[in-house]
Amino acid sequence: MTFDAQLNSDAPFNFDPGRNQQPEDKRDGPPWGSPQALELERTWREPPGLVGWLSAVNHKSVGKRFIITAFCVFLAAGLLAAAMRLQLARPDNHLLGPDLYNQIFTLHGTAMMFLFAVPVMQAMAVYLLPLMLGTRSTAFPRMTAYAYWMYLFGALMIFAAFFLRAGPDAGWFEYVPLSGPEYTPGHRSDYWAQLISFTEVSGLLVSVDVVTTVFKLRAPGMTLARMPLFAWAMLVTAFMIIFAMPAVMTASTMLLFDRTFSFHFFNPSDGGDALLWQHLFWFFGHPEVYFIFIPALGFMSSIIATFARRPIYGHPAMVLSLIATAFFSFGLWVHHMFATSVPELGKAFFTAMSMMIAIPSAVQIFCWIVTLATGRLNIRAPLLFVLGFFFILTLGGLTGLILGSVPLDLQVHDTYFVVAHLHYVLIGGAVFPLFGAFYYWFPKITGRMLDETLGRWNFWLFFIGFNVTFYPMHHLGLRGMPRRVYTYPADMGWNTLNLVSSIGAAIIAVSVLLFIVNVLKSRRAGAPAGDNPWGAPTLEWATTSPPAWCNFAAIPVVSSREPLWQGARDATSPGHVAGLATDVREGLVTTVVDALPDHRYVYPSPSIWPFIAALATTFWFIGSFYMPTAMAWGMIPVIIALTFWFWPAQDETRKHLLLEKRA
Amino acid sequence: MSELAGTPASVPPERRGTALDVAQLPSFGFSHRSLMWWGTLGVMAIEGTVFAMVIMSYFYLRTNAADEWPLGVPVPGLLWGTLNVIILLVSGIPNHLAKKSAERYDLGTTRMWLVVCAAFAVAFVIVRLLEFTQLHCRWDSNAYGSVVWGLLGLHTLHLVTDLYDTVVLTALFFTGPLESKRFVDVSENAVYWYFVVLAWLPIYAVIYWAPRL
Repeated sequence: MTFDAQLNSDAPFNFDPGRNQQPEDKRDGPPWGSPQALELERTWREPPGLVGWLSAVNHKSVGKRFIITAFCVFLAAGLLAAAMRLQLARPDNHLLGPDLYNQIFTLHGTAMMFLFAVPVMQAMAVYLLPLMLGTRSTAFPRMTAYAYWMYLFGALMIFAAFFLRAGPDAGWFEYVPLSGPEYTPGHRSDYWAQLISFTEVSGLLVSVDVVTTVFKLRAPGMTLARMPLFAWAMLVTAFMIIFAMPAVMTASTMLLFDRTFSFHFFNPSDGGDALLWQHLFWFFGHPEVYFIFIPALGFMSSIIATFARRPIYGHPAMVLSLIATAFFSFGLWVHHMFATSVPELGKAFFTAMSMMIAIPSAVQIFCWIVTLATGRLNIRAPLLFVLGFFFILTLGGLTGLILGSVPLDLQVHDTYFVVAHLHYVLIGGAVFPLFGAFYYWFPKITGRMLDETLGRWNFWLFFIGFNVTFYPMHHLGLRGMPRRVYTYPADMGWNTLNLVSSIGAAIIAVSVLLFIVNVLKSRRAGAPAGDNPWGAPTLEWATTSPPAWCNFAAIPVVSSREPLWQGARDATSPGHVAGLATDVREGLVTTVVDALPDHRYVYPSPSIWPFIAALATTFWFIGSFYMPTAMAWGMIPVIIALTFWFWPAQDETRKHLLLEKRA
Repeated sequence: MSELAGTPASVPPERRGTALDVAQLPSFGFSHRSLMWWGTLGVMAIEGTVFAMVIMSYFYLRTNAADEWPLGVPVPGLLWGTLNVIILLVSGIPNHLAKKSAERYDLGTTRMWLVVCAAFAVAFVIVRLLEFTQLHCRWDSNAYGSVVWGLLGLHTLHLVTDLYDTVVLTALFFTGPLESKRFVDVSENAVYWYFVVLAWLPIYAVIYWAPRL
């Protein structure tokens, strides 16, 4: 019976012919240059035209857009920082007024934390993980595309609000009651609250995608014990996001409901509680620091192994440390609240936890030092940024120990000391490794090397500029300069240190400019990279640069932690996978622990519906605080879009039936 | 599979040695073998955490309340909420049977049980609307009102979502285009329904019994 006839009959449902009927010449396995590999390329390529561009789901297209968008946000938020340093360069400055200044520091913090630091790490995961794990796609490609569009629209919304002078102005953690309906009328805090919804939807969906990809799509033979530390870092981060982000999503939704529908979650006069906001926010906010930091640890391990030309010392200890850090990071949130009425016993507990988290971080740092000390160092730009991490993060960690203890924290709470600490931790702990990662993987992504000389200038200017900017802030804090003041009188003794700090910011700006010049120049005219320019050990370097649309002509079979460093031991055992369809996007699903081949899986094809669903969701999110009833009916277009997204196409189903084989 | 497990698989990903032919592996798998199961599990972990956050907020507000909880509001009526516990627990049966039919690839019974599951979900939603009338307060009465409306509303959102999922899936099973891996979707849909049921039990206890303690 034909498919269409079966469709229209009540005959028993039995399409399964018992075996995969895919023609032999449409199965993968043959190397590059074969007709099969050519067809794979055609199958995994994005569709042409504007609609095709909006329908893209290949993890490399989506990942690249994600990375570029996040970098643009980094630049925009960096310009906001530059505006603040210009304002604070001299006392009694009135370049920016207090209202604009409030919006600028709020947007700087919000954009850097929610729209740059977390998304850029996830973007790197979306691009790199399938290549590193030896597969052709992430688990849920359409969902990843939807996550990207949600992220993009959220970013556009918050910057548009800023340019329309409706930018949020209550700080990046929007404490109530300041951000509540009474003290911030208008829509400023609503934009902030919905921005959180945008980024949470995006971040959470990518996390589910990452967990599933890491657990189920590794190349055969890549047991959990052989999985690269980068993948471990991304896996641990994804789990943290899954359990931490819902807290801030709950909080921001409560805030929006307080503001829009007169709920009283945070309104003390009707039984609400303002400190509830701080608990919910920091239950997310502290782990957030670690889901910026832990992916950076993954970059570090990749870069150090390659440039020390040896495997990372103490691999199991590294994995356990990542997991331990993730657990401890959930027990630290109250140290942001030492200046509130939290019970003393609670404070003692959170101080102890804040000290304890230094242990797994130290384990990793010592393992890297051993690796570097016993390796044959190849000092190139990526490694320089990694070495910068050691210096800056260690200083940031030391001030963290200071802030983790209650009496010292009360002294410097809400001063520039905290600003110095958090920038040392976040820039040293995440941005330096991230720049190292850009230098390291740029050749893979574009096929061209970044210029090494410009890279060194980039590094040294960044390193010097960073310390010149932020080191004086420790002293400013100790001298009592509070955060978030738009100007200060001339006789406080803060003038010189502020000027020095502003000069440092200018140096950072030059350094970032050099990086942009380097990228633009090298993208076209850089030295060709070849497949593996650094002699690195992991699978992403086993394919072409830039990677083919299908990643690999044949999915590799893995037998060690450093597959490209280990030669064949037994030429008769399998070296690659064969038999996946070349004319649809088919992949191989493996078991969670041992990565044994389990079943084949056809990925969803490119589709415009994730884009349309994201547009509909954007309308719903923004509409809901202009027209409160849209909170309910605004969902309808989203539901319609999701239904079209899910509904299978006739011709695709027909193709799947050919490949079908029941378990 | 055994080819790989049995030999020291030790060939680097250059093209050497023989290929591992996967063409005759199954084209899908049920339960934790499937990607959808992991995706559903991830979503349940996220939503379970949201439920936990709102329940914690409930008790935080209660602990720190200046007045006697529930802030002068009469305790909610037990009838409809308790009826919904019964409906939900019973609805586990058609969901279980839908799941089992799907795992046998039995199209006829799968269709039937999907319809029964959807009917249970509809009944649940109707009783849920009656539940809101028994809270004896509005969301803007005070913080107690806010948090119980929040909890009940959040659970209702999940309920309606799963009802809609079930309806779409049922429609697909009657109209096609179908393929065998859609039976995995039926199985996952039942798993998600179990989650909605299991989430309701603590939420029911918090909304209806916590103010009586």
